[in-house]
Amino acid sequence: MARMTMREAISKALWEEMERDENVFIQGEEVGVWGGTYAVTKGFLDRFGEKRVRDTPIAEAAIVGSAIGAALVGLRPVAELMTINFAFAAMDHIVNEAPKLHYMFGGQFKLPLVIRAVSGGGRQLAATHSQTPDAIFAHFPGLKVVSPGTPADAKGLLKSAIRSDDPVLFIENATLYQAKGEVPEDEDYLEPIGKSKIQREGEDVTIVAYSKTVQLAMEAADMLAEDGIEAEIVDLRSLRPLDMEPVIESFKRTNRAVVAEEGWRGYGVGSEVSARIYELAFDYVDAPVKRVAQAEVPLPYNQRLEQLAIVQTEDIYNAAKEVIYG
Amino acid sequence: MEKSEHLNLYQEMVVIRRIEERAAELYQKGKIGGFLHLYIGQEAVSVGIGSIRQPQDRLITAYRDHGWAISAGIDPKYVMAELLGKVDGTSQGKGGSMHMADTELNFWGGHAVVGAHIPIAAGMALGDVYQGNDDAVTICMFGDGATNIGFFHEGLNLSKVWNLPVLWVCENNQYGMGTSVERASAVSEIRQKAEGYGMPNNRIEGMNVMTVREETSKVLEEVRNGGGPYLLEIVTYRFRGHSMGDPERYREKDEVKKWEDEDPIGVFRNYLLEEEIASEEELDEQDEEAEVIVDEAVDFAESSPDPDDEALFEHIYAEPTPVEYRGYAMAQESEEK
Amino acid sequence: MAEVVTMPKLGFDMDEGKLVRWVIPEGDPVEKGAVIAEIETDKATVEVESGYAGVMFRHLAEEDTALPVNAPIAVIADEGEEPSEDEIDSLVKEAGGEAPEKAPTKEDKPEEEAEEKEEKEETEEESVEEEDADVTPAGGVRSSPLARRMAEDHDIELKKIEGSGPQGRVVKKDVEDYLESMRQEGREEEAEAVERVLEPMPAFAPGEAPEDEVVEMSRLRQAIGKRMQNSNQNFPHFYLTRNYKTDQMMALRKDINQLLPEGEKISVNDFIVKAVALALRRYPNLNASIEDKTHIRRHGQVNVGVAVAVEGGLMTVVCKDADQKPVRLIAREVREMAIRARERKVKNEDIEGSTFSISNLGMYAIDNFAAIINPPEAAILAVGAVQKVPDVVDGEVVVASRMKATLSADHRVTDGAEAAEFMEVLADYLEEPMRLLL
Repeated sequence: MARMTMREAISKALWEEMERDENVFIQGEEVGVWGGTYAVTKGFLDRFGEKRVRDTPIAEAAIVGSAIGAALVGLRPVAELMTINFAFAAMDHIVNEAPKLHYMFGGQFKLPLVIRAVSGGGRQLAATHSQTPDAIFAHFPGLKVVSPGTPADAKGLLKSAIRSDDPVLFIENATLYQAKGEVPEDEDYLEPIGKSKIQREGEDVTIVAYSKTVQLAMEAADMLAEDGIEAEIVDLRSLRPLDMEPVIESFKRTNRAVVAEEGWRGYGVGSEVSARIYELAFDYVDAPVKRVAQAEVPLPYNQRLEQLAIVQTEDIYNAAKEVIYG
Repeated sequence: MEKSEHLNLYQEMVVIRRIEERAAELYQKGKIGGFLHLYIGQEAVSVGIGSIRQPQDRLITAYRDHGWAISAGIDPKYVMAELLGKVDGTSQGKGGSMHMADTELNFWGGHAVVGAHIPIAAGMALGDVYQGNDDAVTICMFGDGATNIGFFHEGLNLSKVWNLPVLWVCENNQYGMGTSVERASAVSEIRQKAEGYGMPNNRIEGMNVMTVREETSKVLEEVRNGGGPYLLEIVTYRFRGHSMGDPERYREKDEVKKWEDEDPIGVFRNYLLEEEIASEEELDEQDEEAEVIVDEAVDFAESSPDPDDEALFEHIYAEPTPVEYRGYAMAQESEEK
Repeated sequence: MAEVVTMPKLGFDMDEGKLVRWVIPEGDPVEKGAVIAEIETDKATVEVESGYAGVMFRHLAEEDTALPVNAPIAVIADEGEEPSEDEIDSLVKEAGGEAPEKAPTKEDKPEEEAEEKEEKEETEEESVEEEDADVTPAGGVRSSPLARRMAEDHDIELKKIEGSGPQGRVVKKDVEDYLESMRQEGREEEAEAVERVLEPMPAFAPGEAPEDEVVEMSRLRQAIGKRMQNSNQNFPHFYLTRNYKTDQMMALRKDINQLLPEGEKISVNDFIVKAVALALRRYPNLNASIEDKTHIRRHGQVNVGVAVAVEGGLMTVVCKDADQKPVRLIAREVREMAIRARERKVKNEDIEGSTFSISNLGMYAIDNFAAIINPPEAAILAVGAVQKVPDVVDGEVVVASRMKATLSADHRVTDGAEAAEFMEVLADYLEEPMRLLL
């Protein structure tokens, strides 16, 4: 184990996989000479060269589309989108090509493809650069959508994504790159895609979270503990496939749940998870499930307004208090 | 070129024509669903290019793909089975008319979203360069309509920036659905679009299979020998509507008639007779053989079974992944528990 | 050319059906095979499919009306076709119906009706508002699903518990607290076994009993009444009771069920169905019905009906060719049909064509009873519970297993001696149940 940031964990996963497999390469805007806009691929060009660290034009459909083509013929591309907000310029390839090709051609095509994208607000980039539209992508069968909340999971899940034969959208959160945690150093350390994980145990209320809200939920759980309330945190880690089993098991014990996500509430992760709780554990419901999400507005530039809109630790704390009528 | 090769080209064109005619009939009987885009009139292009493609050359095309599937080497019976949605179809009945492929024949499909396969083709060529397959070329077909969408421009630009071995071929049948090239494209010659990317290009006639062969062969070897990407525009014409049920309000009957005089099958037949390569009897024999092949294909397709219900949940992912039955798999499990 | 849709016959004994709901409104296009309306019969709610394509020109019947089989219910016209009233009348007559009263057209729709509709809409809106206002739910107690389930498990009335949640919602903690308080009050036993707590005293004083209540009979209730009355009044019944030894059958059933997965276990009744079917094959006169005054029809098939209790009545599901089916298959068929019957989703073939019926009240610990013959059959077997009884074997008292069954038979078809022989043969099968497996 080594203590490192999320950025280091992601970088390490990429580095190790490129060392391990000659067919793994990365491409995207500013991944090479610049070293990645979030410095994840700093030093990669020197080590792996231009063939495997490919700067692309600012052309998202070409970045993702050509990665699909390279994956079809046997490579393992990792295509980087500078932010997930630019994924809309490559939407056809992300949701209408990659998830369909294996199925639509009767299993002939394989797409060992990873698309890395950076999600999340809170950095005063205004409405078009601050979104957390993760749930949109989780709507499509055929695509896997992974989004880790801790450095260890980031490493283990990214390595699994690169080794996977299916297209995986790997969503990182812009404000989590500095988050620190213990990370296994084993080069074959893998975390399974499609498995939720209990990040903290408790008996009083279940907090379902992923990505940034896992960190916020941890803080909220500390606050709740001071009030004598023990929260259990279930980290979804993967939005598709969605593993509800730990959520349901936890809920059957606590009978109360909060679902926290950074994106918007409507048609979101919280909507999906709470609907499934009602479907799968109706007889265990002791209070309505509470969804915590950002305000239903395009995110503003002004710092105070933006912070008002995005999810804060206190929102999760308050929601937990509310569902346990505490 | 050997006489037998000439006859093969001729027969392949007739097979494609008859397959499409039968497909139209079966569509009208309700046996083929969805969209059906017929290749009738454009046969010289797929047959010409198919006949000079090397096994290592990757082929990828758009949704008007039945002719391409046959010219890529797929037995017409699998094409017909896919049209009928049967389990023996090229895509096991899951892709239909617009999605036929056979990766073993290096044919990477039929793609239905206009232009979306263009960046994918660039990526396939990148894969060959990356893996050191130096003599492989990716041949990417698309229609005139696809050259107005961003995918085309992103794909062509990338191929030139990375000097990828792609032969971009625009099959210009002069209409994107019902909108003529003149009404949809800023330049009437598609080849001009390559100039913006500093890419060599040419425009050729596409109703004569021999012309298509010769001209394409030259540029294919140019690309193969490291010349970088190339845009070839082939002018052709579809005799039928864009798809079944097209009212064809956008063109005059006379225009269609005029092009029908240049029917690629008739043109090639006359050529074979004039050059005394084959006799009427020999060509009639080819016609008859084609009929038999097509009859057998239809019989095969009709008797092939529908996919099992289980197929619904197969091939969503390549790796074993929990599958949700209409989202309720766990609900049922938990009830049982 | 316009076509008339009539009330379909959805079973051999269906005389009339109630049009519950129009699925396709007037003026909408209709595809061939599309569901145009829902019909409630005595047995189930079924969908009426259109045999024609076109446009739903006219509904000839309103929702919630009962109509005889073959009565015209709708006119489907070709697209663009506007049949005149005379044309409709003649079409309807052709279809064997009365000319309908002219349905009001949109323009001359009576004002009252329009007003009524408006009023209705208003009420609907109000009720929506009420829901938003979060009034006390039906049943009188606001409670969480978990609290409701816990209360049910412990047989506690939710009314007794004070809710601590928002607006007095009873939650898990409240139920737990309630159980705890019962324990602390020294009523531990009561808390452990609340099931045995007496029902509360009636909420009204003596002499203040609630008013009488008149309830509408369901169609099923009416149908049962009609059939049973007919049978009991017109069929001369006689009754024979016999006590069967069931030790071997119970042992065999236990052995077999050990081999069968959960959900496929065989019931005592499944053995009885098979035994009855085999006995009937040997006594075709009991597998019969009155044809007319001078003829009896002896059925070729042995189709055993099994009475199934459903909400508000009972239905008879039919195991066809039961004499030829293995017990395991009989078990599965009867189980599946019974489920469909309880969910009111029976298919016509589930309930048609029985030639002999069994009514089993064994699960209610009924010792013995006599059933009314299910017309037009000739007999019915009423089966009681399998019971442990003392028996004397070689001068020793031992515990034995017994089951009583009573045959009700139609004297017009058979007599006591023949019926008794049938009961004897039935004993051969029930008492040596290996025969049922051969």
